[in-house]
Amino acid sequence: MRTSVRTTRSRARRAGIALAAALALSLTAACGGGDGGGDKSGGSGNGAGDERESTVELPDLKGQKLQVAAVWTGPEQKNFRRVLDEFEKRTGAEVGFVPTGDNVATFVGSKIEGGAPPDVAMLPQVGVLHQFAEKGWIKPLKAEAREQLEKNFSQGWRDLGAHDGEQYGVYFKAANKSLVWYNTTAFENAGVSEPKTWDEFLETAQTISDSGVPPVSVGGADGWTLTDWFENVYLSQAGPEKYDRLAKHEIKWTDPSVKEALTTLGELFGRKELLAGGNQGALRTEFPKSVTQVFADVQEPQAAMVYEGDFVAVNIGDTEAEIGQDAKVFPFPAVGESSPVVSAGDAAVALKDGEGAHALLTFLASTDAAAIWAEQGGFVSPNKELDTSVYPDDVQRDIAEALIAAGDDFRFDMSDQAPAAFGGTKGEGEWKALQDFLADPGDVAGAQRELEAAAAKAYGD
Amino acid sequence: MSTATAGGPAAPGPPGPPAPGTRRSSIVRTRPWLAACFLLPALVLLGALVVYPIVYSVYRSLFDASGTGFVGLGNYVELFTDDDTLTAIRNNTIWVIVAPTVCTALGLIFAVLTERVRWGTAFKLIVFMPMAISMLAAGIIFRLVYEQDPDRGVANAVWVGIHDTFNEASAWPGARPRPNGDLEKTGGGAYTTGSAVDAADPANLPLVGVPPQDLADAAEASPARPAGDGGITGTVWVDFAKGGGGEPNVVDPGEKALAGVVVEAVRDGRVVATATTGEDGVFTLPAEADGAHLRLPASNFTEAYNGVNWLGPSLITPAIIASYVWMWAGFAMVLIAAGLAGVPRELLEAARVDGANEWQVFRRVTVPVLAPVLAVVLVTLMINVLKIFDLVYIIAPGATQSDANVLALQLYLSSFGTGADQGVGSAIAVLLLLLVVPVMVFNIRRLRREGRR
Repeated sequence: MRTSVRTTRSRARRAGIALAAALALSLTAACGGGDGGGDKSGGSGNGAGDERESTVELPDLKGQKLQVAAVWTGPEQKNFRRVLDEFEKRTGAEVGFVPTGDNVATFVGSKIEGGAPPDVAMLPQVGVLHQFAEKGWIKPLKAEAREQLEKNFSQGWRDLGAHDGEQYGVYFKAANKSLVWYNTTAFENAGVSEPKTWDEFLETAQTISDSGVPPVSVGGADGWTLTDWFENVYLSQAGPEKYDRLAKHEIKWTDPSVKEALTTLGELFGRKELLAGGNQGALRTEFPKSVTQVFADVQEPQAAMVYEGDFVAVNIGDTEAEIGQDAKVFPFPAVGESSPVVSAGDAAVALKDGEGAHALLTFLASTDAAAIWAEQGGFVSPNKELDTSVYPDDVQRDIAEALIAAGDDFRFDMSDQAPAAFGGTKGEGEWKALQDFLADPGDVAGAQRELEAAAAKAYGD
Repeated sequence: MSTATAGGPAAPGPPGPPAPGTRRSSIVRTRPWLAACFLLPALVLLGALVVYPIVYSVYRSLFDASGTGFVGLGNYVELFTDDDTLTAIRNNTIWVIVAPTVCTALGLIFAVLTERVRWGTAFKLIVFMPMAISMLAAGIIFRLVYEQDPDRGVANAVWVGIHDTFNEASAWPGARPRPNGDLEKTGGGAYTTGSAVDAADPANLPLVGVPPQDLADAAEASPARPAGDGGITGTVWVDFAKGGGGEPNVVDPGEKALAGVVVEAVRDGRVVATATTGEDGVFTLPAEADGAHLRLPASNFTEAYNGVNWLGPSLITPAIIASYVWMWAGFAMVLIAAGLAGVPRELLEAARVDGANEWQVFRRVTVPVLAPVLAVVLVTLMINVLKIFDLVYIIAPGATQSDANVLALQLYLSSFGTGADQGVGSAIAVLLLLLVVPVMVFNIRRLRREGRR
């Protein structure tokens, strides 16, 4: 495995050098195709990427070295590497990948203070992007990148990468966090179909429970899955405006709308027989396990449904279950008028003002880059120009189309917008408060008090 | 010791009170630069690595998160009003009292016992072995040991094994009545019919929620017929056909029987008759049950025992302390065993000759003679425990991390976490330092006394 990746890379680099030497820079992209024919052992990504016509012009960066920092590991890192390989091939630059570990903000922050930041970083939280922009750590996009962005991204996604009217980030990878994945066998055995509304969802869960299978798997040991549960219920029930205000802490967590959302969530969490392992069991289940217990044993699952984003597909990949066959997906049921669309994403930002960094951002904003990863799977692009036929299966295509179709009505993950002490720290803030709520779903007022106290402290007001 | 220092200025070290020797003081007086030269390397190192960080921590603890605004003792006030830190202080107290004591006691027992067995060295080696593992690895090991699922966590596997030896498993764990049916919950996990039974009309007791894999071998349920002799009949079955469908409260074809369910006939709170369902789910009660209510006792449905929630809020600190003891009992044992080797045999012999039994020898001779060693072990472990961090950080899951919190962990979380406030972090560091100082002073004074002896 490793050797094949390496040979692909070195071939790409050699090709890049040869091209750069022979041709003017505007022609680099076109010649990438010529190399594709000779590339026999390379991954399907490379081959297919070469056949497509280039939609973006990149400068010649021969001899330049770039560093990209991102949280991705394993298959995600490998797929991102393919995107970088293509960039290397087209520009002649050398791009190194630096994994950041779980906490991107801390990693990048320490690198900047140490005086050696990477050229480009992928920031998973909007809040961090604003923080960095305020400190002047990240550089505004240049015209070429902005042009790609305007062509390919809807206003909503562009705004998420902007701070004070200045465009900083390119949302390369998005996540649709409003999906319920289910085991088709469990649904068939119980004789139920995909629910559309929250009430139908509870009814379905009850029927599945009667059939002898615990209906809902909740990964409560990881606090972030619980914040996502809450956000979906809240966005659908209280509406986008309140959602935005709560995200900015303009309304308090003691607000009646929060009480209503928690009470609604309590209709599920409060019934032990609807949760796999009961409340205590859910609290001990980490996210990966919450997925595998639904799909590991396709015929005799330990749970029927699991809620989370499109990235659940990656964990399903660890099991025997086949997506589209054994594992299917439906949109998060509508609690209020319509189903919520909560999203998340990684924004590429430039930490140095070099030509290479901006060229890479331009490339990442292009449809070409999105297509390379999209056809590998486990990836949703917010790029609206991307032809959805490149996604490897119907399920992922549907997820991507749902995200694009939401237009600007989607909302970004609230906990990712909040200060990390509230929305992103193990054992603290919102994570901890909602875990306590999962342990004791009857105590809505107590949960609200805890949330508000933590929020007031973290937002500093 | 004293001759070495008096031997000349060549001995580098902290400037202690000068010995009354005339030669030394004369050198300091006549050639102070020479003394300074020899002291300089040590002073620079100590200053840069110990004194400066301490002074800077104290200084930093008086400032806010950004490090620019002076807040005086504000950070310390926050320390003692913040719930997380208070939990940490409380847990640290528990740690400091329990962990060193248990480790030393166990070490003493092991040391005394291993002295007498033939394979003592091998035993010592095994007990000492966990010391060779890093705290991080030990933490990961115990995270697995305390896993809730008895199939994965050793602690619960043992616990559940013992429990199940004394308690029989129920026939149909998790089964419950179909919602809106005649059966109602009546305390203690039992279900009772709302209406009285009638000999002419067989009783249907529909249940749901039985995992399909448990039903794979079950027979199909058959509707009960009236007994004819005034007896009561009925069926207990799973009222849920595969793929949905089927009418509620009716024994449809394809629905599975629940065999071995105990059915009690209850009249005025007294059990008048009992029956058990057969292979086809049908039970028959004698005629005296006519007009009684039917009850399905809880013993039919008790969920499989799931063990103890080791990593839950109440047991998490004891659980982590146990893992610490596992690591450090060996350390205590080795030190005490070394001390034990130095105990004069004659003393023990003399005590035995005087008619003391083994317990008295241990209690009145061995322990007092070993007291200095025990004190060393205890104090070393106390200092060690005060700064415990790794085990807590790794073993405690997110949901109970705040219940297991200790000062060193809180220090890390508040200074380097995401809402970093190094002012508060420094304040905790200073507090930790203050807590360690008395133990240190005790240790140093004891060492001095020992040196003089």
